[in-house]
Amino acid sequence: MKIAWRELIRKPSRFITAGGALTLITILLLLLGGLLDGLYLSATAGIRAQTAEIIVYSADSRASLLRSSIDPATRSAIEAVDGVQSVSGFGVVLLGARVPGRPELADVAVFGYEAPNARVPAPLPTGQVYADESLKASGVELGDELLLGPAKTQVTVEGWVSDTAFLFQGGLWGDESTWRGALSENRPDAVLPDGTWQSALVTVHDGVSPEAVAAAITANVDGVSALTKQEAISALPGVREQQSSFASIIGTTFVVAGLVVALFFALLTLERIGLFGVLKAIGAGSRTLAAGLVVQALAIAGGAFALGGVLTLGLVAIIPPEVPVQLVPRRAVITAVGLVVTALIGSAISFRRIIRIDPASAVGGS
Amino acid sequence: MSSLTMQEVRKVYGTGENAVVAVDHATLTVGDDEMVALIGPSGSGKTTLLSIAGGLLSPTVGEVHVGPHEITQYDRKELTRFRREFVGFVFQGANLVPFLTAKENLLVAADLAGRKGKASDRRAETLLEGLGLADRAKNLPGALSGGERQRVAIGRALMNEPELVLFDEPTSALDTKLGEQVMDLIRTEVKGRGTAAVVVTHDSRMTHFADRVVEITDGRLHAPGPAA
Repeated sequence: MKIAWRELIRKPSRFITAGGALTLITILLLLLGGLLDGLYLSATAGIRAQTAEIIVYSADSRASLLRSSIDPATRSAIEAVDGVQSVSGFGVVLLGARVPGRPELADVAVFGYEAPNARVPAPLPTGQVYADESLKASGVELGDELLLGPAKTQVTVEGWVSDTAFLFQGGLWGDESTWRGALSENRPDAVLPDGTWQSALVTVHDGVSPEAVAAAITANVDGVSALTKQEAISALPGVREQQSSFASIIGTTFVVAGLVVALFFALLTLERIGLFGVLKAIGAGSRTLAAGLVVQALAIAGGAFALGGVLTLGLVAIIPPEVPVQLVPRRAVITAVGLVVTALIGSAISFRRIIRIDPASAVGGS
Repeated sequence: MSSLTMQEVRKVYGTGENAVVAVDHATLTVGDDEMVALIGPSGSGKTTLLSIAGGLLSPTVGEVHVGPHEITQYDRKELTRFRREFVGFVFQGANLVPFLTAKENLLVAADLAGRKGKASDRRAETLLEGLGLADRAKNLPGALSGGERQRVAIGRALMNEPELVLFDEPTSALDTKLGEQVMDLIRTEVKGRGTAAVVVTHDSRMTHFADRVVEITDGRLHAPGPAA
């Protein structure tokens, strides 16, 4: 392994091709992952922000907030299910908002809620909202009076919250009356009677399985479908499709990375057959030589990840804000681990050839 | 006591009508402190015999002893361990690791044998000094002359104090003067260290450095005679 390491340090030019290719692949993987995460986070933040473990929709809504309704009687029935700790109403309406001094409408998701969640404090008085920080890019400022939808329902921005967008629209979080007013004035087709919410957010008692309570609610309350928070996130329009599409692209890119490593080390091994033969003749085992190859593959992958990561950070800084790229630590870890595994598998392709190198080939050659 | 004993060694490649006998009933004994020159035309079996003696090839039949080790029945792993601990090789054209310095090339052999630390470091320095390469220790092979590279290869072969050192055409890439210097050095080193040595060469001008010359033709060893 010491030999392999010294070769890396003293003959870096030999590894530039593979390192360069893996650096470009790292950038591609991080950007693709960042785009997937950006899309996912921007689409799902309003749901992810909830501390409730379960979201209950009407059964015929196909898990869509905009099609769902939960009336007071149903809410009471949900509260009566074993394991349920609390139930609160939750709704949303997607509208365009006129921002003072801006000709373009800002796309907003106006939430109505009763209980604070992980990102949004308790509701403000009617007519006042918390705004998602993403709306700053649309010119929204603290104290702005926004006019919502065709009816120009007026709300005032009284505070900022972060990571609360919904289906790529910045969140505005108001009390029941603010939401109900925006809904009834701008979407008369979707108006709901007083006391009826689009969905119910359910928290469960400590130590109780949310999956079991969700199943009990669905089984015991007529006309509802209870989903865990993660199920509700996956049920949002396009989320599952985006994830599977990007996962396919990212998976294919990892395969390409593996092929690059495999091809590179296969060629490098061919080039070094004579040297390996001599080392075997003087007592190096196949395992020692293979370990050296693995060290080199891991070092190249590590170097490519570090360089690719820095370059990606630079690229993301100049990408326009409307492109929803978000670099999250988890993605970086997944990419790094993926590259390491890919490098290991790729380099392993050459093991068989190393094993087959005959130490006797060192004798009698020139 | 002998360092190398080959008893009725036969090596056959292929089977049936395609069988080729590379070494045929070869019996050879090399004593401690003895230097034997193995000569013969191309294809006569020199390399095969050398490879069998060094545990690079296993004979089809016959026995090979190196010191107390009967290596004929060794499996691949055992042969690898045997080579790194008890045999030194000097190949044609030196065959050094190109990206390691002269000293590091010596230390490779020690590393492989699990001999690390200051003792190995000191031994490499002593060997290089003895080989007249003390001031070339930090040079890469590319910066060394052909003779210097061959001397480094000799140092590498002697690094683990082997019982047997095998030289494969050590002067083939050198001119006569340098070849003689290298052969003289080999003789000095193996005699000085009491190590047995077999030198394969096709250059009859170099055989007088050996204690004994053995000729091989069509895989058969001729009766040993006095050095030319």
